[in-house]
Amino acid sequence: MYRYDEYDHTLVLERVAQYRDQLQRNLAGELSDDEFRPLRLQNGLYIQRHAPMLRVAIPYGMLSSTQLRKLSDIGRRYDRGYGHFSTRQNMQFNWPKLEDTGDILAELATVEMHAIQTSGNCIRNITTDPFAGVAPDEIVDPRPYCEVLRQWSTFHPEFAFLPRKFKIAVSGTLEDRAVTYAHDVGLQLYRDDKGEVLARVIVGGGMGRTPILGSVIHDALPWQHLPTYLDAVLRVYNRYGRRDNAYKARIKILVKAIGAETFARQVDEEWQLERDGIATVTQAELDRASAAFTDPDAPLRPATDAGFDAKRASDPAFARWVSRCVRGHKRPGYRAVTLSLKPTGVAPGDISCEQMDALADLADRYSFGELRVSHEQNVVLADVALADLYELWLGARAHGLATPNIGLLTDIICCPGGDFCSLANAKSIPIAQAIQEAFENLDYLYDVGDLELNISGCMNSCGHHHVGHIGILGVDKTGSEWYQVSIGGSQGNLTSLGDVIGPSFAAEEVPGVVTKLVETYVEQRTPEERFIDTVRRIGMAPFKARVYGEPTKKAEVTHG
Amino acid sequence: MAELIRGTEVVADDWTWVRLPETNEPVRKSAGKVVLFKLTGEPAASDDVISACDIPAGKVLLPLSVWLRRRDELATRADDGEIGVWLDSHEEPAELAESLGGNLNRLPLIGVNFPKFIDGRGYSIAFILRTRFGYRNELRALGDVLRDQMFFFHRCGFDAYLLRADQKAERCIGALKDFTTPYQTSTDGQPPVFRRRAAPGAGA
Ligand code: HEM
Ligand code: SF4
Repeated sequence: MYRYDEYDHTLVLERVAQYRDQLQRNLAGELSDDEFRPLRLQNGLYIQRHAPMLRVAIPYGMLSSTQLRKLSDIGRRYDRGYGHFSTRQNMQFNWPKLEDTGDILAELATVEMHAIQTSGNCIRNITTDPFAGVAPDEIVDPRPYCEVLRQWSTFHPEFAFLPRKFKIAVSGTLEDRAVTYAHDVGLQLYRDDKGEVLARVIVGGGMGRTPILGSVIHDALPWQHLPTYLDAVLRVYNRYGRRDNAYKARIKILVKAIGAETFARQVDEEWQLERDGIATVTQAELDRASAAFTDPDAPLRPATDAGFDAKRASDPAFARWVSRCVRGHKRPGYRAVTLSLKPTGVAPGDISCEQMDALADLADRYSFGELRVSHEQNVVLADVALADLYELWLGARAHGLATPNIGLLTDIICCPGGDFCSLANAKSIPIAQAIQEAFENLDYLYDVGDLELNISGCMNSCGHHHVGHIGILGVDKTGSEWYQVSIGGSQGNLTSLGDVIGPSFAAEEVPGVVTKLVETYVEQRTPEERFIDTVRRIGMAPFKARVYGEPTKKAEVTHG
Repeated sequence: MAELIRGTEVVADDWTWVRLPETNEPVRKSAGKVVLFKLTGEPAASDDVISACDIPAGKVLLPLSVWLRRRDELATRADDGEIGVWLDSHEEPAELAESLGGNLNRLPLIGVNFPKFIDGRGYSIAFILRTRFGYRNELRALGDVLRDQMFFFHRCGFDAYLLRADQKAERCIGALKDFTTPYQTSTDGQPPVFRRRAAPGAGA
């Protein structure tokens, strides 16, 4: 994992000092709330419904056990004993006191962490595949490139006050697990026939009010040029992105307005200014960054393990967990394990401080002290020996971290919604829980199989509902909370945006609607089909008919 | 009173900053190379306003529109080094460059206005003036010029800062050094950190 050198340390400490001073001036009335706002946002501090929320950066999702213990410590001392993993691979604390935020940042700095650029109209934390470096289908390990870009983007002097936030995702696998088509910039790394690393640059994707999939503006950008090329992308956006209307300010609107080709041409012109200049990344720096992500010093292991096979045969609960939560690994005898933060009855992504400590211990014992956070709001232990899986499972289960539902309907992505967020139209966490309760029968859940269900409390789409196989969106209708349901969205190589099935529903109707959608699938599917495949094959109509009843139409036709 | 910092010193301002009266007439303007795309309804001054604009004696910092339309009458003063031009955040450095036959260094002073500090277009304008157009003379930040942005201003190429009236100059000068070793390069020519790391005997 990347470790700070003096340069990184100094920068983060200087940031703490700078932030403390800003906070002090704000508390003393020297810096108005309006002027403090963008500054604190660039430091991850929102003021939300109940209290400030502090969003801590987990660069490209990589976390050490030491860092996790510190997060737990902060959660205990400054919050209410828990934290929340977000879909952007960050951790959020929902209840810190404004006055404490300087101290919290100082604490974070001791473990090489910060909250820099985790919100605000700047380049945000860069996200990637949680299985980076271990995935069998990996072509390029994206992490060294993410680290190079982390440094490039941190306090970039030209782009601290963009029209709107700017999110970059990087993938380096056959199967895209970073939703690169739904980010402001998506980078897909691959190799040419000589083995050189190239990036496919996708620009202008995003969710929110106007969901759009990105367009490729460069198909083969050599890795050395990533910072200068992205400078050019950002410069065109910074100058010409709309600033009059926050809902039209993302880069996707600009790209759409002028067309991807025109945009690409302007970027290319702009790029010539810096191309091959001093910001071009050197092999030495890439090597330095890559050295931080070498494989752990893991002993060679046989590809199979008799103890594991025996436990799997004798313990159905273990076998079940393995079938959902354990994935292949590029090295024989190892597996990548996803620990679910989606048990029924807990807000998706929430984790208590006890669990954080337990998780840190498990990481130390079974996975070289490293963890990754996934955008699905779960935690990955990436390097577990096959022979250790059973013990790990026991340990995780003892702390409620072994719900065997990864990739299943109850592994819901869900934003904080109306319980915490002041922008919400509707609550989302209780909807997630009601759905989880409706699908408590594990046999049925397993029979239904892979199904991604995502919930957002408003059009801002923090819960990625647009790319959920089933997406649920909170809408406001004359002051009461309603939910719009869509199907057919998906992430991955066939990224698509879902279509709304029809008029929206009251909260208590939602689990029933999901049940009907699932029943329709179960009746119509062919043996190999996942929910999303069936939707793609038979289309919306049968699902719609089932939910709304044949030809009867509800009186209510607004879509919220 | 708004103080002027040049480099790292507070200095007396020998320039008069000329501004046009606010217009309420938004013009949907497609700027520069971005045709098709309507910008945000930035106000544009009418010909009447421009010709009525009073240009005092001495060194004057003029709006781009006034310079573009009245530069014939200003030619001698420009040769005497009495004319500076400022750009608003939506205006095109290329237009200014064109009016000077590509040589921005004929002007002793260029200003860039920050109508609101969250409007970050001026940083890119500064970068473009310094790099693409090779401008070397004084580049002055105007408008919402606040302490917490000083570091960014400086890195993007500004070397003079007309502070908003409520700002304390001393603290703003201090803020120029908020960070000792930024990661990236910029117009200040600092090598990116990765090149320092690679340099023999590199240390923080
Ligand atoms: C409670 C405080 C939060 C507030 C006030 C908030 C605010 C927003 C807003 C305004 C947007 C729309 C931005 C735009 O479309 O331009 C947005 C998008 C988003 N937020 Fe949040 N959010 C919050 C919490 C979260 C959490 C907890 C997560 C993760 C679970 C999250 C992840 C995202 C994502 C992934 C998007 C979509 C980005 C896109 O449009 O591409 N946010 N948020
Ligand atoms: S989707 Fe809406 S309700 Fe949910 S966290 Fe984002 S802004 Fe809040």
